[in-house]
Amino acid sequence: MLRVDVSKQLGEFAIEASFASEGQVTGLFGASGAGKTSIISMIAGLLRPDRGTIAIDGETLDDCAARVHVPAHRRRIGYVFQDVRLFPHLDVRHNLDYGRRMNRLGDDPAQRARVTDLLDIASLLDRRPGQLSGGERQRVALGRALLARPRLLLLDEPLGSLDEGRKAEILPYLVRLRDEVGVPMVYVCHDPDEMRLLATQIVMLQRGRVTAFGGAEVLRRSESN
Amino acid sequence: MFDISPTEWTAIQLSLRVATVATLVATPLGIGVAWLLARRDFWGKSAVDALIYLPLVLPPVVTGYLLLLTFGRRGLVGGWLADHLGIVFAFRWTGAALACGVMSFPLLVRPIRLSIEAVDQRLEQAAATLGADPWRVFLTITLPLALPGVLAGMVLGFAKAIGEFGATITFVSNIPGETQTISSAIYSLIQTPDGDAAALRMVVVSILIAMAALVASEWFERRANRRLHGN
Repeated sequence: MLRVDVSKQLGEFAIEASFASEGQVTGLFGASGAGKTSIISMIAGLLRPDRGTIAIDGETLDDCAARVHVPAHRRRIGYVFQDVRLFPHLDVRHNLDYGRRMNRLGDDPAQRARVTDLLDIASLLDRRPGQLSGGERQRVALGRALLARPRLLLLDEPLGSLDEGRKAEILPYLVRLRDEVGVPMVYVCHDPDEMRLLATQIVMLQRGRVTAFGGAEVLRRSESN
Repeated sequence: MFDISPTEWTAIQLSLRVATVATLVATPLGIGVAWLLARRDFWGKSAVDALIYLPLVLPPVVTGYLLLLTFGRRGLVGGWLADHLGIVFAFRWTGAALACGVMSFPLLVRPIRLSIEAVDQRLEQAAATLGADPWRVFLTITLPLALPGVLAGMVLGFAKAIGEFGATITFVSNIPGETQTISSAIYSLIQTPDGDAAALRMVVVSILIAMAALVASEWFERRANRRLHGN
């Protein structure tokens, strides 16, 4: 259960967002500039809300009134960025292993094998990020976030930087991720078809505000407008 | 011509020791200061910035005299260190190392600061979401990615420390075997009749050391770049 009730002023732009979601995949849907990335940055702990609360499974991560702010590194929330952000000085193997080492988790070869098989990246382990294609990079970034064993996974337009062919290459992996890995996800995008395919609950955002919440019918309503 | 006398050897060894110690002690400090200046905003930041660059623009003899006033036996800090910790800088090789460290500090900090500023902060954020606390972010992401700049700073600092003259001679004088570095040895030799040949030998030695430092830095930098972006 993810509860978000925050406001944040970013220059001229104001975010006033409130929603609670229990879905396996919560979709944050809206045009670019609707505040989607700012909201998941706040969930991740990278951006501090001005007012409000963020809680996951009953644990408070942000409560501005009580001056609670759990720093990003203690949240156990995975983040797959639109611009990927693999570590250029580490090969794929060490990129994948980074979260496990930082969280001081024991080595789990079975889990590693499951994730690398799921994402078909086992053959890339010795390469550097600079030697990967766009789609391969995004798959490694997914694996890196998963192997830190997050309790929630934030995906910020993971297909945004890819062309149509590459999107079709990655989408099935995201579906498998949803169906085979038990980690709840927040999926940010502005493409209704992607939303329909992946999200189980949809939060519709416009200019920093939640304008609708629900199932796929939210998208139909937005299209008829 | 290349018959280096024991006194000259002593000066060469002392110069290398002074510059090495100065660089090794100044580097961790320089990395910390560079990180603060690159990544943090705090009250008095521009004052700290100016203070670090001061030795670059002050006459070295002024810096040396200020060191003498501060770290001399009767200086505020020097007296306390001598009484409580038994550390003496005045007229010792350690004082030469301190003078060299202070004089080379701006040259050491600048490339490190620039290279830390060039590290993409989005990578540091990514590391934080993967569970790395700020200290581990620094050790595993920022520092390795800034390594070429750290090495460049160390080489520049070392070269400056080897060549330092004004502040050193003002602070710790020119005592053979204790504070007489290559530079102050050359200075003494050219003031001595028949010292020309010996002075020239020392000049050649200092050119060789400078060249070796530059070649080493090139090599380190190429290696570091290959490690960081090795495609």
